[in-house]
Formats: sequence, C-alpha cells, structure tokens
Amino acid sequence: MLKTFKIGGIHPDENKLSAASPIQVLPVPAEVKIPLAQHIGAPAQPCVEVGAKVKVGTLIAKAGGFVSANVHSSVSGTVKKIEEFVDANGMKKMAIVITVEGDEWEESIDRSTDIVRDIKLEPKEIIAKVSEMGLVGMGGATFPTHVKLAVPDGQKCEALVINGVECEPYLTSDHRAMLERPEEILMGVKILMKALQIDKAYIGIENNKPDAIAKLTELAKNYPGVTVQPLKLKYPQGGEKQLIDACMDRQVPSGKLPINVGAVVQNVGTALAVYEAVQKNKPLIERIVCVTGKPLAKPSNFLVRIGTPVSACIEAAGGMPEDCGKVIGGGPMMGRAMMHTDVPVIKGTSGILLMNKKESKRPEIANCIRCAKCVNVCPMGLEPYLLSKLSAKEMWDEAQEHNIMDCIECGSCNFTCPSNRPLLDYVRLGKGKVGAILRAKAAAAKAAAEKK
Amino acid sequence: MDLNSVLITIAVLAVLGCALAVILYFVSQKFKVYEDPKIAEVEAELPGANCGGCGFPGCHGLAEALAKADDLSNIGCPVGGAPVMAKIAAILGKEAGSAEPKVAVARCSASCNTRIKIAEYDGAQSCAIAATHFSAETGCAFSCLGHGDCVKACKFDAIQIDPDKGVIVDEEKCVACGACAKACPKNVIELRPKGRLVQGKNRRVWVNCVNKDKGPVAMKACKTACIGCGKCAKVCKFAAITVENNVAYIDPAKCKACGLCLNECPTHAIQATFPAPPKPKPAPVPADATSEKPSQAAKAE
Amino acid sequence: MDKLTIAPSPHVHGHDSVKRNMYGVLIALAPALAASLWFFGLGALTVILTSVISCVLFEFLIQKFLLKVKPTITDGSAAVTGLILAFNLPSNLPIWIIVIGALFAIGVCKMTFGGLGQNIVNPAIAGRVFLLVSFPAQMTSWPTPGAVDGMTGATPLGLLKEGLHTGKSISEIANLPTSTDMLMGNIGGSLGEVSAIALLIGLVIMLAMRIITWHIPVAVLGTMAAFAAIAWGIDPATNADPLFHLLTGGAMLGAIFMATDYVTSPMTKNGMLIYGFGIGLLTMLIRCYGAYPEGMSFAILIMNIVTPLINKYTQPKRFGVK
Repeated sequence: MLKTFKIGGIHPDENKLSAASPIQVLPVPAEVKIPLAQHIGAPAQPCVEVGAKVKVGTLIAKAGGFVSANVHSSVSGTVKKIEEFVDANGMKKMAIVITVEGDEWEESIDRSTDIVRDIKLEPKEIIAKVSEMGLVGMGGATFPTHVKLAVPDGQKCEALVINGVECEPYLTSDHRAMLERPEEILMGVKILMKALQIDKAYIGIENNKPDAIAKLTELAKNYPGVTVQPLKLKYPQGGEKQLIDACMDRQVPSGKLPINVGAVVQNVGTALAVYEAVQKNKPLIERIVCVTGKPLAKPSNFLVRIGTPVSACIEAAGGMPEDCGKVIGGGPMMGRAMMHTDVPVIKGTSGILLMNKKESKRPEIANCIRCAKCVNVCPMGLEPYLLSKLSAKEMWDEAQEHNIMDCIECGSCNFTCPSNRPLLDYVRLGKGKVGAILRAKAAAAKAAAEKK
Repeated sequence: MDLNSVLITIAVLAVLGCALAVILYFVSQKFKVYEDPKIAEVEAELPGANCGGCGFPGCHGLAEALAKADDLSNIGCPVGGAPVMAKIAAILGKEAGSAEPKVAVARCSASCNTRIKIAEYDGAQSCAIAATHFSAETGCAFSCLGHGDCVKACKFDAIQIDPDKGVIVDEEKCVACGACAKACPKNVIELRPKGRLVQGKNRRVWVNCVNKDKGPVAMKACKTACIGCGKCAKVCKFAAITVENNVAYIDPAKCKACGLCLNECPTHAIQATFPAPPKPKPAPVPADATSEKPSQAAKAE
Repeated sequence: MDKLTIAPSPHVHGHDSVKRNMYGVLIALAPALAASLWFFGLGALTVILTSVISCVLFEFLIQKFLLKVKPTITDGSAAVTGLILAFNLPSNLPIWIIVIGALFAIGVCKMTFGGLGQNIVNPAIAGRVFLLVSFPAQMTSWPTPGAVDGMTGATPLGLLKEGLHTGKSISEIANLPTSTDMLMGNIGGSLGEVSAIALLIGLVIMLAMRIITWHIPVAVLGTMAAFAAIAWGIDPATNADPLFHLLTGGAMLGAIFMATDYVTSPMTKNGMLIYGFGIGLLTMLIRCYGAYPEGMSFAILIMNIVTPLINKYTQPKRFGVK
C-alpha cells in the first residue's frame, strides 16, 4: 500500500522533463570558483595560499567549527585568488578561485568503478571520514552530514530514512542517480546504518518513479534491513518531517528534531557521496545537477565539478534561451532565483531551472477571500493566512503563539492561493523576526543565569 | 397599563441601581491604583495621537516616562516639539531638553526609474522581505529598495516615493519620530538636525549615498554614488567630513552648511537644501553644474 | 536575454484564481437557474437580470467613483451576490425593490467593509433580510409555479406554520406538497430555493471543482435532519418529518450556496462543523418555535457574525500534536 504524510499537501505539475536523460559528465571548465560557505553553519577557513598548486581532492579550506564542512579542490591547477564574489543573491561571499591545469587527482582517491563491498571502518571512523571529506546534505539544505550522524547523548536512533522522494517538480538528479548508481547508493545506506549502529532503513520513493522503485526494491533484497517504501505522489513529501511521517508513521513534535522520534534522514545523493567518501576516499568535489526548464533546448542531468559556473551548465544544456525570465537554483517550490548566472555550482545545487518569461512573473494579487485553501494544504497544520497577516502587522508574539516557527517554507500556501497572495513571503519574514526574538531571549536568559 | 406594574418596575430598577452603585464604589476603592496626578496633567498637554514616535506605547506611556525621568533631554514628544516640552517641563518642574529639531533624510539617490537595474524583483512589495532574499535589484547592495516600508511606517504622511526622484521627505510634516529609519532594512534613512534657518529655509548638507563598495564598483552600480575619494574631506574647513569604508559622512554637529564640499564632489553625491556657493576662484563655473545644483537641492525638499 | 526576475520561492502557482472560484459557483448555480426559469418563467428572468446587473453596476460605480480604485467586477463576486440575492426573492417582486436590495447588499454590506473578502456578513443574505423586514408583504407573496399571472400562495413551511397555529395536526393540513414536488421544485417559494435536486447537482459540481469542502453543507443539513427527526419522533402530529424540512424553505440553497460563502465562514475544518451545526440548530429553532416560518437566512446571518469567534477558538490539527 502506498503511504504518505497525513496533513495537507499539494499536487503541482510534475514537469520531469529530464527524467529520461542519462547523467553526462560535464567537461572541467577553465576556472572554478569554490565558495567557502557552501553549507549551513560557519564558513570554512582557507588553508592554501594564492599561487599554491592543488590537485583534485586537495583540502583547500578547513571547517570553521563543528557545524561546518571542509572544502576540497574540485580541479587540479593553481590557486589564482581568494576573494569576495557576488553570489546568486547579490550578497558578497568569499571564494577560492582556481585556474585549471590538466586533471590530476590525489593518489589516495580510488577512481575505479568497482563496487567496494567490505566496510572496514568502525562507526566512529566512518563519521570522522564523512566529516573529513566535507560531506553535506545533497538535497539542497546542505546541513553538514557528520553533525546529523552524531546522535546526541540520551537520544536513540532507531531507523535511517533515505530521501529518494524528489518531490520538487522538474528535478530529476536523484531519480537518475537511483537508476544509474543503485548499488553505490545502497552501499552508502549500509555504511550510514553502520555509522548509526542500527539495522533498519527506509528508502522513500514517490510512485512517479516506478523504474527507480523496481530497481532498488530488487537490489535491496541483498541488503538486510533496507526497505524501499513506495510513497503516494504529494508535495512536500521530501520535507524531513513529512518523510518520517510517511515512512514511519511518527510525527516530529513542534520544535524538535527527527532524532527525537528516533529517525535520521539523509538524501539519496548524500548516501552516494557517503559511499564514495568512505569506500573510495573521494571528497565531495562533484555532484549531479539537473539542468532543466521549458525554454531549454536539452534538459539534461550532468555530473558537475563544484565551482563550475552555472552559465557553463546552461550552455551545455543547449544555451541560454531567448525566452528565459528566471533562473532558479534548486526546484520551483523551494529553490532560489538567481540574479545572474556567473555563480558557481555548489554542494547544494540540486538543479538549475530556467523558466520562460510568462512563468517568471507572479500573477496579480487580489484580496484574500478567506477560502481557507491555504489552511487545508499546509503540511504543518498552520494557518498561513493568519500568520502572514500577523507578520505584516508585526504582531510577533501572536505569530509565535500560532506556531509560526513550525513553518517549513514549502510554499504550498502560495501555490494554492486563488488570490495569489504572497503568504510565504510574509510568513518567512515573521519566522525570521520571531526566531531572532527567541534567540535574543534565550541569550539574555543564559547571560542572567551565568551572572548568578 | 396597570399603575402597579409601573411602580414595581421603577422600584426594582431603583433598588438595582443603588445596589450596583454601592458595589462599584467599593470595587473601585479596593482596586484603586495610585497614579501621580502629574501624569494626567502631562498627558493633557501631549497631542494625544498615540503615534508612538517617542518610542513609548502611546501618549500615556510617554507621560509616565516623563514624570519618572530625571532628565528630559533624551525623551520628548517629537510631534509637539519644543513648545509642548517647555509646558511639560514647567508642570514637572524640570529642565526641558534643548534637543535640536531633526528631520529624516534618505541618503540614497536611487529611484524606481533612475536606478540601473540588473534584475527585476517580483516578490511581495516589502523592503524587509526583499532585503532578506536579495541584495537589491541594482549592482549596489546598499541602496534604497523602493518598496516603501518607510512610507508605510510613517504615521504622519511625510514620506513619499516618487518614481523619478526617489524617497522624498516632507520637512513640514516630518516630526523626526524615527519610525522610517527603523523600518528601513538598508539603514538608508538618518535623522539629521534640520539645520540653521536662513531666509526661511533650513540649511543642511549630507552625503546622499551609503555605498561601502570601492570607488569603481560603486560608480559602475550608480552614477551618483560616493566613491570615497575624500575630496570633500579635504575642502571642509571644519573637519566635519570623514571617509570610512569608502563612503564619506558629514557630521551634522560640526557641519556649518557652507556648501564648499558641494562643488568638490565628482559624482554629485553630496546634496544640500540650498544651491552650491559660487566657486571661490574665478574659474568659470561649468554651465551644467550651475543649472543642475539648484534642481538637485529642490529635489531634496 | 533581458534582466532576470528575482522573487522568493515558490516560483510556480497552482493556477487557481478568484475568478475560477466565482465562475465555478455561477456554473454550479446554473441548474437551479434553469429550474427557476422552468417554474416561474419570465418573472424569474426579470428578477435575476435586475439583481445581477444592479449588483455588478453598484460595485463598479462605488469602486470607480467613491473609492477611486480599479474596478474588480470581472472577478465575478458581484455577479454571484446578485444571483444568490435573486434566488432568495419571489419572482413577482417589483424591480425597484430588487434594486434597493442590491444596493444594500453591495453598498452597505460589502463595499463599506472594504470590498471582496472584508465583509462580515454574506451580502446577498443581508440584502434579502433587509428586504424581508422592509417590505414584508411583497416579500412573502409567492407565485405558484406554472400558475396564471397573479396567482399567489404560501410556501410549504408557511402552510405548515399557519396550519399548526390554527390547531390542526400535520395530516389535517391541506395542500402540503408531496416529497417529489418538493424535490423537483414544483412548490411556492423564492426563485432558487424550490428545486432541491438542481441545488444538489450544484453541490456536486462545487465539490468536484474543489471550490468547497463537504463540511458546511453536511453539518447544516445533518443537524437539521437530526433535530427534525427527534422532534418528529416525539410527536409526529405537530412536527414535520426530516425530509420535509430539508427540502423546503431554502434549506438546500442556504446550506449549499449561502453558508459556504468563503468570506463569512470559518477557516478550519472543526470551525466549519461548529458553524454548520449552529446554522442547522438556529434554523430549526426558528422554524419550530419562532415567529417566521423559515429561518435559514437569519441563522446564517447570526453564524456569520459568530465566525470570527469560531476562528479564534478553533485551530487546525497541528503537525506533531497528538
């Protein structure tokens, strides 16, 4: 029987244009720009000088704290400069720019395609390895993987949930990875299970990918404890909390983490990277990027080195079309629109989506007609119409009382609103403000406690 | 109608009224909260708009704070201004603060039509929202976003956004409550002293830019950006101008509004409420400069 | 390539719109419209046209000249108000009364509060109740379907109330229509309320188009049926059976089209059930114990006013809360 999450949800047009296009290796560009902050948490600290020679896989920046990740060179060549660049949001970020010379890899990396089945490392060593190789969540959230694997004292992990849902319309990178590299993904799952010291894992896949479900179900027979769980098509099934609800019938309480209900969630892309890091000693230097969109000539899936310009990916998929109004990093529901395409592909770039001019503009806003459709579709059981109104009126206390912090920013409310109201825009603003107020209060309480 | 029923009604109502009055009297005695009678007196003097411009919750809040405060120089009613504060000081028997009258100044020349856009924002019309997602629509990450959070924040209808001229503050209506400055996520708006009154006009000078980028970057993003060249600082006789982080700032406390810096600025990033003085040396003034300056000064009004 | 558009996510929209919902309601009202034309002929057409045109016109004039905003009459909300108002009027109502009703509905009940989405009570019902208390004589002389011009009669509920008032038992009251007549609409009454079957088709259309959910209609009709069943079970001589109550007096029109008005109904599922229960209960109390034979309009108006309170005290089931 198909499972799904219990509250709300929407059904956007799937538009999986690149689903049938195999993963192609994108040529290494002449120059890469590798940002130091590609993950949630503190930016990495550069550990190479300008002019230094680097190989593919050389560590070029060290994690700047526990919640941070190492950054490795994705090419071989010379460090040209370490400087600020303007990112896709127009903000200034630090990056290491490397001029490419040849394609020489670090010797420690096993570049063969053989599947290495024997897991030599112990759980602690696996987590250390994952941290060393700079792994982050590949679904787009880019939360450092080793942090998620370190189960806090007093908590117990019971099951690993692997996210193969890919509920975002258009995107197909996880789908292609599951079709083309299923053994490696399953080995990655096995490694993750060992790291967490558990014997149960679910791989959740929506039933719009029957080929991936069939393939993984077949292969999973050789992996005891791994269950492939087909899921009913519904957005936002890929949300961490929704996926746990769908696979394990457990709901993470408000303000808590998945580990509170005994679950750790990882993306299939992350599982693949974990396999490569642990068994092949390969740092996170490339990823599968889905370059897609209606105006694009050849929607494709590419294996791209981190730091490759987005414009190069678009070029490889048929070039920037005349009728392009918007370029989005990620999917259409939660991705971020880019101000320009001269930005690098980073660890979290799951897709590059081009929209035509007509699709790019939001429809005209009308009065709220109180139809309650936003309330019905909210997967967290919130009242988006009310939260957005409270945010607009800056009534932060009331917004907090109405659980604004539970919003997962999935965008279902905006999607469904007949009046095209920018509900999520305001809820997100409110979430930011309420979060800041809560943090300030917590800091004040902590300071007061320390004073005593 | 029966006379009896009329009488009964009157009697019942009278008894009820008396009983409730007694209860009310005792309740009000029991729960009486002592309040300084001066607070009521002060509140009577305040405008009663409850605008919150003073930073307190309404006029009553300000009245309480004033009655408590030892020194009136830092708090006061921005709407009533000096005359009201003088009366209040008399009531409270304290010294009135001698705060200079201020006005909100938007330190950015960008307007909807003149800004050099590199992208088109299509989200909710709110600066706060736009600023959390993107730097700006232009190459300048410091500029006014133009979605009008300041206009919405102003309770006195003193700020307008003109598609051609950008943010315009109505000096007559502005009470310098600071709500717009607080609302601006880019910190473009500053409260500056109105300046010396000369011939019915307040004279003040300010740098109309907050761009901290290096000169060439700033110039590429905006034609009237401050490029941090420091020419103005050199010409200033009162050391009122400092250049920090590639942007000049005129300290209103030191500035005498002589206008010498106006002629120096290569990008016309310095603005004033009065025309630039003629250049001291007899060098011929470029025709376009003279014609442009007064119009820019007029804009600021 | 021109400048790229930037906006916060999401970047796609579900293509739902106010227009789609409003025109959907109009389509759902079409069967009842056809039934009213069939039973009441030209009179019905005149009432409907007058009501719809004046509602749309008043909205246009008020937006254009009083509020000085861009008129939004094409969104269809004024037309829906006009049509529902017409459905609540007898087919022989003078045109000038209809125009006054439309002015009250749009001008007073909708635009004064800020237009679409801001009104507290359903404008069409408020307009109807306004006319009912202002022109009681004209508003309660119902033409009999298919009858010669000028023939008027009472509604089934009116007959019932009058009969019971004179001390008769239900079986003694003459002229009560059969269930089939009530289902099809061959009875006296307002234009749109007579044909239960046409209104039920409308309900199916609205549910299929996902314009409304089942909660409000089911709660209203369920409560009415339960109330009527209990009363009927206690004393069938003085209380009509549940089916009679459901098929008469605008119960269907009210439960399906008027109580489900987005703007004036609660936002949460639980709230909708409470609201529907309240309407059902109030309707039956007015019908059985009140002065008016029918109570639907009053019940909806009262519950409209209670809606903000219901919204305040009901919340959807939050994720992660057991």
